[in-house]
Amino acid sequence: MAAHSAVLSASKIINPFWGGRLGNTVKVFGTTLTSHRNKTLLTGENIPPPAKYGGRHTVTLIPGDGIGPELLNHVREVFRFSCVPVDFEVVHVNSALETEDDINNAITAIRRNGVALKGNIETKHTMAPSVKSRNNLLRTSLDLYANVMHCQSLPGVQTRHKNIDIMIIRENTEGEYSSLEHESVSGVVESLKIITRNNSLRIADYAFRLAREKGRRRVTAVHKANIMKLGDGLFLQCCREVASGYPDITFDSMIVDNTTMQLVSKPQQFDVMVMPNLYGNVVSNVCAGLVGGPGLVPGANYGRDYAVFETATRNTGKSIADRNIANPTAMLLAGCMMLDHLKLYDHASSIRNAVLTTMNENRLQTADIGGQGTTSEVVQSVMRIIQSKGQLTADL
Amino acid sequence: MAGSAWRSMLTQVVGGAVRRPALSSASFSRGMQTVTLIPGDGIGPEISTAVMKIFEAAKAPIRWEERNVTAIKGPGGRWMIPPDAKESMDRSKIGLKGPLKTPIAAGHPSMNLLLRKTFDLYANVRPCVSIEGYKTPYTDVNLVTIRENTEGEYSGIEHVIVDGVVQSIKLITENASRRIAEYAFEYARNNQRNSVTAVHKANIMRMSDGLFLRKCREVAENYKDIKFTEMYLDTVCLNMVQDPTQFDVLVMPNLYGDILSDLCAGLIGGLGVTPSGNIGANGVAIFESVHGTAPDIAGMDLANPTALLLSAVMMLRHMGLHDYGNKIQTACFDTIRDKKVLTKDLGGNSKCSEFTADICRRVQDLD
Repeated sequence: MAAHSAVLSASKIINPFWGGRLGNTVKVFGTTLTSHRNKTLLTGENIPPPAKYGGRHTVTLIPGDGIGPELLNHVREVFRFSCVPVDFEVVHVNSALETEDDINNAITAIRRNGVALKGNIETKHTMAPSVKSRNNLLRTSLDLYANVMHCQSLPGVQTRHKNIDIMIIRENTEGEYSSLEHESVSGVVESLKIITRNNSLRIADYAFRLAREKGRRRVTAVHKANIMKLGDGLFLQCCREVASGYPDITFDSMIVDNTTMQLVSKPQQFDVMVMPNLYGNVVSNVCAGLVGGPGLVPGANYGRDYAVFETATRNTGKSIADRNIANPTAMLLAGCMMLDHLKLYDHASSIRNAVLTTMNENRLQTADIGGQGTTSEVVQSVMRIIQSKGQLTADL
Repeated sequence: MAGSAWRSMLTQVVGGAVRRPALSSASFSRGMQTVTLIPGDGIGPEISTAVMKIFEAAKAPIRWEERNVTAIKGPGGRWMIPPDAKESMDRSKIGLKGPLKTPIAAGHPSMNLLLRKTFDLYANVRPCVSIEGYKTPYTDVNLVTIRENTEGEYSGIEHVIVDGVVQSIKLITENASRRIAEYAFEYARNNQRNSVTAVHKANIMRMSDGLFLRKCREVAENYKDIKFTEMYLDTVCLNMVQDPTQFDVLVMPNLYGDILSDLCAGLIGGLGVTPSGNIGANGVAIFESVHGTAPDIAGMDLANPTALLLSAVMMLRHMGLHDYGNKIQTACFDTIRDKKVLTKDLGGNSKCSEFTADICRRVQDLD
């Protein structure tokens, strides 16, 4: 019985969702869960097979606010045109409501389908502080612990720096985004930043595994351990421990303010970067700005069981919403990342090539990267290129 | 020091300095103002000497009082700065500091932290202006970052909750937020800046950054002549690397300030050319160079005094001596633009003394 209760408590720490459910059936599920967990850790197959019926995948779609709905419509249009075997289950989340029913529905839908594509949900900070950020709630409930962003210089985009190729892996659930705040005395607010050994080990492991998989040579940990000695010190220590298990990959660390300084002067020196939540926010936005802006870079949030794809810089873009000037590249590329995740590699490559060709060769660029094209023109061009490659397409 | 004849000539020249109300009469003798100079470690002494030489050439009415700040253990076991340094600063109210080394595992906190706590230096101001002779991918940068310097994420309060779980506390108080917001708007008004932008992450840290933002909004009500905007930290970072000209004065809590001020320093060329000032309560201000001590080139006459010099110019402006400040700054920028005697980090291979001599010559020519 001691072994089973040890399994029960261990599983509660590692996977809080399942821990509560075990209850009386610990004898049966305890052992099953242990062996399932061990198997996933060893083989590296993190995600159970997604919802696939009759050869078609079902993916949750959360339109969000601002430019989200129009860009996701374009994604659907392109997917429909290319005969991608994906059906979207649309779940709306109303950011103006105080109840969490909407976001809970979305979370349930993602649990059902395993994969989601989303726009950013606005957080109105005029509402009471108890109304938490919906995006954050989604990430923590589904335990999407790794946010991955790949910043690459695109040939057709004019930027101050060239030849940038950085992968940023950001811890996505804890750190400064723990949403634990209280007003201890009137006029004094404390906000807690939580760093745990488990999550730090987990994200470091993810970073090194990804680096190895993609053939990268160097991983840099970004931190502020000279000031936050215990918190970031723990993060750094975990990274070092994991690094020792990957002798083929160089590991170094850099303080976050120096990192930003280096990024604006010599961004070519960075390869893979891993960091806690807030620094990840800063660094990923700096890198997105360096390669051309928020309209170009897709981002992915991976958990053990779920994956959610969105634009890397998570902007709502309220000021450019519904004006047909938003850049659809980031969302389309996020859709391609999702297709790769669903193992629909051919569709992913064909759409990705079409998007990059439109960007680089046809020079049909939207206003954010200095062009004069509209969103629909870019999307039309993408579909035309897909059609010209001779694959099966629907009517234009 | 110079002879009494030179000093009396100086008194006649700077007689007009009497009208400035901010400085107490104690620091005011014969028209000269006392400034506590802390040379620092590593390249500190040589760049301090360079700055003193240039000030002498410019005939600036500054009397330097050199002091050393190494941490000593005071009564009660608390670390503190040497009493003569504290006494000098309390008297002169203005300080110029070179780089101080932070020894690891020395048992005492960093000297910068100690100075900050001793004089309650609550605002860190970093004006970032593109230097014409020193090319970076970003031109026309002209912004100021004002960072809250006492609380926020750097409160140093951390606990191990259970083994493997660490909690760091970020503290935001109403008073500190109001104080920094007031300073930011005052600075904007005094330096003819048009807008102040508050940088925050109130969508995630609802209560803490929410409080900061509320205080900024309240203070903005009293400064209707200055435009006030608020922007998320990530949006600022994103836009900063694409188009830094859209920003003017930025005010923010401690951690964001640390990251953003270094980001802006990177835009104009790094810490070797960035000035910085720390403003405290009771009119105390310490201006410093923010680069490291560079022990590898210490004593070899290779250091670049630009950062300390520009901080000293900031100091002159703070004291109201705008003419001297402009003169020295023009001379410095002219030397850099000319590219004939640049130090190694600026792309040349001259010595620090040659660079300094060139600036001195230009300053005297500008007279």
